Formats: sequence, structure tokens, C-alpha cells
Amino acid sequence: MDIDHDAIPPDAPDEDRRFFLKQSMFIAGLSMAPADFLQAALAPDDGPVGNAVKVKLSLTINGKRRRISIDPRMTLLDLLRENLGLTGTKKGCDFGQCGACTVHVDGRRTLSCLTFAVMQHGSKVTTIEGLSDGEKLHPLQEAFIKHDGFQCGYCTPGQVMSGVACIREGHAGSADEVREYMSGNLCRCGAYPNIVDAILEVKKEGTKV
Amino acid sequence: MNRQSLENPSDTSLSRVDGAAKVTGTAIYSAEYAVPGIVHAVLVTSTIAKGSITAIESHEAETVPGVLAVISHLNAITVPGWPPKKQPAERVPPGTAFRVFYDSLIYFDGQPVAMIVAGTHEQAAHAASLVRVTYRQEAHQTHFEKNMGKSGIPLNAQRAQNSPFQDYERGDASALHNADVRIDAEYTIPTQHHQPLEPHAIIAVWEGDDKLTVYDKNQGVKSAQGQLAQAFKLPRENVEVVSKYIGGAFGSGIRVWPHTLAAVIAAKQLKRPVKLVLGREQMFTSVGYRPYTKQKISIGAVKDGRLAGIVHEGTGQTSMYEEHLERTVFASRALYACPHVATRYRLLPLDVNTPTWMRGPGDATGMFALESAMDELAYALKTDPLEFRLKNYAESDPERNLPWSAKSLRECYELGAEKIGWKNRLPEPRSVKRNGMLLGYGMASSLYGFHRHPSRARAVMQADGSVIVQSATMDIGPGTGTAMTRIAAKVLGMNAQKVRFDLGHSALPDAPGQNGSSTIPSVGSAVHVVCEALKSKLIALAGEMSDRFKATGQVVAKNGQLFSPAEDKDGLSYADILKYHHLNELEVMEESKSGAERDQYSMYSFGCHFVEVEVNPLTGEVRVTRVVTCADVGAIINYKTARSQSIGGIVGGIGMALMEHSAMDHRFGRYVTTDFASYHIPVHADVPPIEVYYIDKPDVQANPIGSKGLGEIAIVGVAGAIANAVFHATGKRLRELPITPDKLI
Ligand code: FES
Ligand code: FES
Repeated sequence: MDIDHDAIPPDAPDEDRRFFLKQSMFIAGLSMAPADFLQAALAPDDGPVGNAVKVKLSLTINGKRRRISIDPRMTLLDLLRENLGLTGTKKGCDFGQCGACTVHVDGRRTLSCLTFAVMQHGSKVTTIEGLSDGEKLHPLQEAFIKHDGFQCGYCTPGQVMSGVACIREGHAGSADEVREYMSGNLCRCGAYPNIVDAILEVKKEGTKV
Repeated sequence: MNRQSLENPSDTSLSRVDGAAKVTGTAIYSAEYAVPGIVHAVLVTSTIAKGSITAIESHEAETVPGVLAVISHLNAITVPGWPPKKQPAERVPPGTAFRVFYDSLIYFDGQPVAMIVAGTHEQAAHAASLVRVTYRQEAHQTHFEKNMGKSGIPLNAQRAQNSPFQDYERGDASALHNADVRIDAEYTIPTQHHQPLEPHAIIAVWEGDDKLTVYDKNQGVKSAQGQLAQAFKLPRENVEVVSKYIGGAFGSGIRVWPHTLAAVIAAKQLKRPVKLVLGREQMFTSVGYRPYTKQKISIGAVKDGRLAGIVHEGTGQTSMYEEHLERTVFASRALYACPHVATRYRLLPLDVNTPTWMRGPGDATGMFALESAMDELAYALKTDPLEFRLKNYAESDPERNLPWSAKSLRECYELGAEKIGWKNRLPEPRSVKRNGMLLGYGMASSLYGFHRHPSRARAVMQADGSVIVQSATMDIGPGTGTAMTRIAAKVLGMNAQKVRFDLGHSALPDAPGQNGSSTIPSVGSAVHVVCEALKSKLIALAGEMSDRFKATGQVVAKNGQLFSPAEDKDGLSYADILKYHHLNELEVMEESKSGAERDQYSMYSFGCHFVEVEVNPLTGEVRVTRVVTCADVGAIINYKTARSQSIGGIVGGIGMALMEHSAMDHRFGRYVTTDFASYHIPVHADVPPIEVYYIDKPDVQANPIGSKGLGEIAIVGVAGAIANAVFHATGKRLRELPITPDKLI
């Protein structure tokens, strides 16, 4: 049940969809596998997936279409940080508990450490590197600097990505609301009050975020 | 007096010089350097707390595609700086730093026992799950309370006559018997972990056999360089430590930990650059913690409110192989004017990894007990807690019998009390409700010793009139580069945009690590001094160009130019001075350190915190709803970043007081809180508006910039203030942290 990667012409216009179909077939294929194979695959002490095939995927990151072939165990976070050199997205816990890895997937804030990269085939991902308009910082980035919304800076990309989403979602109506909707983003340096001020200010100014 | 708060828009603070890098994600942290040929390591850690390894079955792991090595004590290269191994392996005497992959012995649960190195992180992580380690298990002791009887006088105090950890007594502590009112109580602080948001990480790169570069998360590039050079018997200059951006540390990066050496060993063994990033769960056993501590305080006062005596005893947890010492009982010696004081400090070695300093080390712990006891005594005396403290205000240091170099604690109390509205507080506990919640106000004092270490800095004026200032100091978050830029810009009369400050690299001029609130006092002084020296050089060169600059006393620097006299319209720019003298650059290096003033004055930072809490009478949930903090730390260099540091300390204190608790299952000697779902730290919703005030009066005795440390004092006393507010709200005196709802219902 190898995937026939090479059969996909590199620039096929609807490659995404066809590729997705192939992937689904690969997954669906499991249901037809002999029972003992399934048993082995589901046993807790399953053997290595070490020789798993690499999987091809195509997704748009910060407006740029990327075609990559990756280990299916790779998270979106590790794909960004380890394979694509986009280290602005941070790994704080790898367990979905800190928010440092927050990116936007199709416009929604998403914990990239809880997302396998292969699940994002065809998605549009925006990371902190894609937020500013060239040299011109995003208004919330400016506000973070003005209000000193960080110290060590490690939670900052996640806070900014979450903060932008928080405003877009309409959850920045008051300090209390911001605090509630930003509570998935931990800051061990304790920059919280300044982050809240930054978000409220951008919201108040009404600039399009 | 110059009271300021950042609510005040007249502030002229600098925004962080690395702000843009941090908000755009271009700041590069330790795990993020792109090193060609890099391979990935994952640690396998012990699952017993004491015993020895009998076998490591790694065959299956080795067959995982991409795996390059499984490294353990069975095959690790010899670290040249370590003593030859004993056969059979013997337990080390206390005072020996843990040696990773050295022998088969297990000292704590979570100890690194093997490391997988593979082409990718996924391969390494999978292979690590396949390593089977078998042990000969021995009975372990990890339960603090059950082993209290085994605590003893620290070896440090036994060996050194002048150790501050010796038992201390002034006056006659038995004077406590004469007290009219007396409190005897016990205080418990469980193990708490730093858990900076960036996990510890290292990339180790060897060039040949004798040159090592590490991109490492630590708090002192120079000390890391020294420790690595010593371990691998290399000349210091052959070890390069790069640590420009650190994602928080709070003490966890104070020393070189076993995992750092593990990565360096692997890189040497494989002749490949190795990256190791600790998993969040490994952050609980790999990099130290605030130790479990039990304290006993007996404190008494006579009727008019003067203290009659304090006896403060503290026992902290340490590992079986090292002593970790903290200033737990020291504050009781210096904070109040009490003639009769005794302190005792003990250590309890357990089968755990070694603790380390965590923000406000010792003092945050000790002040929780002392300030809780002071509050309790004030209630017993039917006195206002703030008035009681003022009554026992120490006008000079009662421990060393020296004058304070500066102390404006009284002004801090006044300012804090005014801002929180202390005088409107009804003294009776559990007497006020707001929206159905019990409302309480509490306060506590804060102090932290002044630490200044010899530091060097270099300043290089460029041909275009900009300046580069360098020192091997660190920024774990406070904004070191920003504060140093401000100091340099002020001395040289330049726009801060024209100043670049370099830090976080071992090749830069000597500086201490970032700990003990010593950075501004030490490195700030060096930067000040080197910029003054550079200015003098520029003035001398200007004097060769025009006679009016020969009267050096009347020359002033502003806008990147020298003026003489000050009101002169025409200045001489730094760029023109260098150009005239055909200089591409002008370099000065200076050292700064403390002198005789250390023996003439007692130096501390002081402060206080006022806290408002709401407690849900049904569920026992405590919400901190308002905090006012005021500090006297000498001159404030940059308000914006200083204020953030104060806020950060309060937030850390909220965690310490209300939620942080590393719980262990003693059947296994293993932490069960090993992630952010079980080890709670404050989140946005836990943090109310925090008001920060400073006295901002330079301490002219302390150092050339008149500035003392802020980072540690920001957390010291916070837990006490919160516990006192909870008492005021509920009438329940809680002496065991964290104050969780179960303790209030
Ligand atoms: S790294 Fe994804 S939530 Fe922490
Ligand atoms: S700025 Fe350090 S964790 Fe938020």
C-alpha cells in the first residue's frame, strides 16, 4: 500500500484534491487489512513506525504554497520549526497546554503542537512571520512593544497570534473578556496585564487586524 | 523624593531594544540555530528513585531507521575532568555534582540514564520509547515530613566558621518568655518549579577534538564556559557559549545541568552537532526547583507593640549528592529592630535531584513565614499590621550593626497604603463582603540583599558616531540590553538608537551571570564607567582640536556632541572627533567592582506589597483582585521594563501563594504533576491589574549608578501578603502553601 508519489505531476492544478483523495484511500485501505495486521497495529506495544513512508503534503504557509514530503509523525509545529526554518512559532510544552505554538489555520487560532502536519493538507497557515506586512509591523505587534507586553519573548509569538484572533473573533470587548479568551496562552514572565492593555488598545482604535 | 508610576504619561522610558525581534519571531533562542548536519537527541530517564541499572536493552531502539546511537554509562566517552570510575560503582559523598552517564547508580527518579541520537526528532523520540532499562531497586526516601528527623546542620556551616548558614543569635532569644503576646507556628512551602516557558535546550558543536561551541539556555555564559572547559579539560577560550535570547529562567539556568553535558558528550562521541530540547515533563527533574521547606517561627511582642524576640528555624530539602543552601532564615535577622533573634538552618537530604535558586531564593520562602507571623502577631496585639511594622522599623541594620546605605521602606509603606486605601480597611477578619465574596486586604514587607560582582564592559565608538557597548551579561527577560542602552546613552549624551548593546556571548568582556538581582548593580556600573571613560577620551581628543574643550570640567555631552561651555551653540560631534583624528573607531575597556563601602554600609533593596483578595465563601476559591507594589531599589534605570519586572514578580508570587505545588507520589519517588495541566501557573484570568510604584532615589553608596536589584525583591513577600489578605477575608490563617480551595472550606 505504498503511495505512488511520483504519479502526481509536480504542478498539477488540482493536486491538492487528488493528493487528498490518495491519502484518504491510504487511510481507508486499513479497513480492508487482515484482522491480525490491525491487531498488531493497535497493540499498545506496537513496533516501530520507523520505516513508515514519507508522506507528501501541500499547504500554504504565510501565503506561499509549499510542497513537502514528511514523516507522518511530524507535528505542524515541528514542520515549521525544524523543516522550514520558521522558528518564530515556539514550542513551550508540546502538549497543547501553553499556547506558545499558536498559529492561524484557515483563519482560526490553532495549537500547532497538537496538529499533525499531514492533517493540514490544503490548509492555509499563518505564523508570526507572516503577520507583519514586510517591514511594517502589525498593529498588535506595535502595541506589544509600546505596552511592553513581554519580557523573555518566548510566549510572545503565540500571544500575538492569539491576540489577533481574539480581536477578530470579537472577544476583546473588555479586559475581563480578553483575560478569559487569552487564558490558553501562558506567560511565565507574567506580562499578562501589559498584554491585555495592548489588545484592548488595538481593539479600541478599531484598526483592521 | 521622586515618586513615579508608569500610569504617569510623563514617562520617558525606552521600549525594549529587542522588542521588534521578539514580536516578529526573529529572535533566535537556543534550540533555533540552524547548524548544518544537526542531529536530534532525546533523553531516557530513570523510573526508580534509588538503586542501580542492571541492564539497558537498546537493540530494538538501535534498529529504528535514522538512529545513530544509544548513549549510556555503558558506552559514553570518558569526560576528562571527571575522576576515574570506581569498580564496583560507589555512591558519591555529598558535595559532588551529578555526573551524567558515569556509572550505573540511580540517585533520583527522572535521572537521565540513556540518550538516543537520531536524524530527526521523531525518530529519536520513537526509539527512546523502545529502550528497556532494568534496575536493582533500593528503598528510597523522598517524603520530607516523614524524614524530618534526618535533617542536619549543612556541611558548609560545619566546615566554615564564617558561613552565614551557622546558627545565629543576638541578644538572648529566651527573652521571648517575657513577651506579652507570642505566636509559635509552622510554615510549609512545597517543592515548586521554575518552568520557564522555553524548555531548556542546547545545541552542542565540536570542531575537532578541542573546540566546543554550545548554543545553550543558561543564565551565565561565562560560568557555563568555565564549567564546560573544566569538564572537558579545555582552555577557556576554546569553549564558546552563545546564549543571546533566553526564554525565561528564574534561576533554572544558574548552572550547567546534566542534560547539557549529555548533549556535549554525544556531539563529541558522534562528531556531529547535537540538539537536545528537554520535554516539559523532563523540566521537573532536570533543572532544579524551589526546595520543599518547613519553617518554625516563635515571635513575641510586649504590649506597646515592640518585638521581644524572634526564633526562626528553617529546614530545606536537598539531594543526596549535593548541598543546596538558601537564605531562608536570614530576613528575620535584618528586617526588624528586634534585640533578641536566633536563627537555625538545616538541610534534609532525600533521594531527589538537587534544588536550585528560584526567584527570590530563600527570602521569598522565609518572608512568607516571617510576614505571616508578623501579621498574626499584629492581630493578637490588636494592632494594625502596618503600624506594627512601623513600630519595629529598623533604622540601621540590627544584624551587622551598620547604617543602611539607603532605606526608604517607610516611604514605600506610606505610598502603598495610600494607593490601596489601607486606612479604609475594617480590621475585623471576615467582616466585609463584595458581590457575595469575602473581601480581604493584606500586606507584607519585602527585602533582598544587594549583590554586586566585578564586571567588565567595552565601549567602541564608531566612525559614524554610534557606539557599541559589550559585556558578557545575559537577558533572561528583564530587558538587560534596554537598560544598558539607556545607561550608555545617558552618559554619552546620545540618542539610544545610536547605541548597540551586545550580550549573551562568552567572548565578550567578563560579567557575572544573571542572578541575585546583580545585573544592573554590577554590569550597569561597568557600562556607566566605561562610557564615562570613553567620554573622557573623546573630550581629550576634542581638546586637541579646540582649546575650549581643554577646560574638561565644563564640557557636556548631548545629542552625540560635546559642548563647551554647556550653553555653547556649536557642538563638536563624536563622528567629527574621530574623523579629525583619522580613527575608524575608539575603544575603551573598564572594570567596575565594589570597594570599602561594603564594610561601611549594609545594603538592601526594600519594598512592600498590598493585596486585595476575594474569596468565594462556598467554594474557597481565592481571586487576587488588586495589587499595589512599591519598591525602593535606588535609581530606576528604565521604568517601562522595571515595571514589567515588578509585575512579573507579583504574578510569580500569585502562583507561589495560590497554585504551585509539585506533588510527588512517594511510593515511586516520582512527581505526578509534570505538565501545565497539573502544575498550575497563573494564566491571564488569574492576574488582576497591578499598580507599581518606585521611590526612585539613587543609593549613592551602592555604586556609580545608584541602582540596586529589582528582579528578586519583586516576588519576596508576595505570598505572605496574599496569605494575610486571605486571613483578613476569611479569618483562616493558612500556613501551608499553596492556598487551594480545599484548605478554605
Ligand atoms: S507547545 Fe503547543 S500548546 Fe504548548
Ligand atoms: S514573555 Fe516570557 S513567557 Fe511570556
